[in-house]
This record gives sequence, C-alpha cells and structure tokens, in this order.
Amino acid sequence: MHELSLTQGIVEAITARLGERRVVMVRLEIGKLSGVVVDSVRFCFDLVVAGTSVDGARLEIVEPGGRARCRDCAAEFTTDDPILLCPCGSSDVEVLAGTELLIKAVEVEPDVRDVRV
Amino acid sequence: MCATCGCEDHSHGTVINLEERLLARNDHLAGHVREWLAGIDVRAYNLMSSPGSGKTTLLERTVRELGVPCSVIEGDQETAFDADRIRATGVPAVQVNTGAGCHLDAVMVRKALAELDPAAGSVVFVENVGNLVCPALFDLGETGRVVILSVTEGEDKPLKYPHLVRTGDVVLLNKVDLLPYLDFSVEHFLRSLRQVNPHAPVFPVSARTGEGLSDWYGWLSGPSTGTG
Repeated sequence: MHELSLTQGIVEAITARLGERRVVMVRLEIGKLSGVVVDSVRFCFDLVVAGTSVDGARLEIVEPGGRARCRDCAAEFTTDDPILLCPCGSSDVEVLAGTELLIKAVEVEPDVRDVRV
Repeated sequence: MCATCGCEDHSHGTVINLEERLLARNDHLAGHVREWLAGIDVRAYNLMSSPGSGKTTLLERTVRELGVPCSVIEGDQETAFDADRIRATGVPAVQVNTGAGCHLDAVMVRKALAELDPAAGSVVFVENVGNLVCPALFDLGETGRVVILSVTEGEDKPLKYPHLVRTGDVVLLNKVDLLPYLDFSVEHFLRSLRQVNPHAPVFPVSARTGEGLSDWYGWLSGPSTGTG
C-alpha cells in the first residue's frame, strides 16, 4: 500500500506550495505503467486530506497509457501490461510513456487578494 | 473584477499548474544520500524480496565473508530481531521500524545512515521491508538494487511482481540447496525473469551452505552498476 505514503506526499507538496489556500480540485497524472493503483489513491486521498486545506477537494486523475520502444527491433508499441513485451518477443524495451506520477494542477478558491475593486 | 481572468463572477476558482512529480521529495533526498555516500566512497545496496526469502541469512554470511568493512540498515514493520542477528556477527546495524509502512524511503535511510555513520570505503546493506510491491518506487540513494527470490517461492514470481523485479541490478536465486526436494525449474524461472528484466546478472546461491556466494561477492566487488 505505497499509495498511502504517496497520497500523503501529494497533500504535503500542495500545502507546501500553496499554504493555507483552500484547494477545491487536485489533478494528478498516474501512468498505467507506474505501479500505482488509482483506486487506492482515491481511497487514501479522502483519508489524508481530512483537516487540511485540501479537505473536500475533487480528485481528477488522468491515466496516460504505456508506450515503449524495443531495443532489439526498434519498433514502438503501446501496452498497459506491466510485463513489457514487444510483439517480436523481446523484453529489452525502453519505456517512453506510462510511468508518469505527477501533480498536474490544483484549483484554489478565489483569494480576496485576487479581487480588484 | 477578478484579477486572474477579468470576469465578474468570482464563484469559480483559479487553476494553478504545479507539474510536480509525486516522488520529487523522496528522489531529491535520495540524490543527497547518493552524493553523500559517494563522497565517503561507500557503496550501498538495497536488498528487496518477499518475507522469508533469506535476506537476513544472506547478510549474516555476506558481512562475515565479503572481506570489506560492512554495516547494515534493517527495515521491518516491527521488532529489532534482524538487527540483533546482524550485530551478533560483530557488524554495526541500525533497525528501522516502519510501523504501518510497507517500504523504506529516502528519509528513513538518511536518518539511519546518520546513526550508522559508515566508515569510508565500507559497504552498507539496506535490507528493505519484505515486500515485492511497494519498495519498487522508492529510490533510497543506493548504489545498486538487489532482488532476492528463493526456490520455495515458485518460478513465476518475476511475472507476478514485474515492477519490482525490473528494477533489480542483480538477481539472487536463493535456497538452491533445496532444489533436489522441490519441483522448481531454474530454466522456467529464468524464462520468467527475462521477460521483465532482460539483463541483470543472476546468481543461484544458498545463503545456508554458501553455494554460489563467490559470484555474489564478485559482483559486489566489481564496478558499480547501480542506479546512481
């Protein structure tokens, strides 16, 4: 359940960047080959945001698919399977996409300092 | 008027792009650990396996036989049993209890290293929490990653836990002294392993009898091949 510590890290990173500003949406990117279970992140998120400025925020998760290039035959192929096998049979592949683990963006409530009279 | 977008409606929020990696803090600290270790010419190896694969038995023997000063960081959810076993060999050991945590991270390793204070030119073994899933994602600042599987676990373990097995710089197949009593096929195991980790050297060993360990010691003494 490494998703728990990852999710705690998300909330810590957001509050470190934004202080006490109320966050209403968090957008993550969790690639299909990242080894992170999106449902577990959702489950942990509701627990770890309790009592923080992220409490109640909507969680949006984008899940980029996997893409790899074979070092043997040079073919590029897409796969969401963590066992990265090129159609040619080789497992010697370079992962090009799908391992993303990012906090993409957050939406904060309008700050009074943003309002010009 | 809203200063952010010029609209009259303040009911919507402001989207702030962060583009921050989830593991940024861990990886940053791991970078510091790696730099610090390199500065005092210390190599650190992250040992990852399922519980009961024989990591501690392997370490008890390795620290006695490697011929280089060693120290050990032991990761377990609870108890200091493993650190006690290592200390009984005369080698310094620090126990890290992760409590509910299922893996070591760079924060824990940095703290343990400060306590361990390894001698220049020595080798530090970091025995991760027995778990073939969670340790995969966490860089500890190690020089190299060691995956230990044992013949009592079944040939298909690499395919069941591809994320972690893929990260190994070397793979030890432990308990090979038990092969005569099992249906385990080393060939089948190697086929499974190569589907997720095509290049890592594989050493069949027995931490109990010492079989094959000279290859492991040779790898540890060879050029650094790790993630650093």
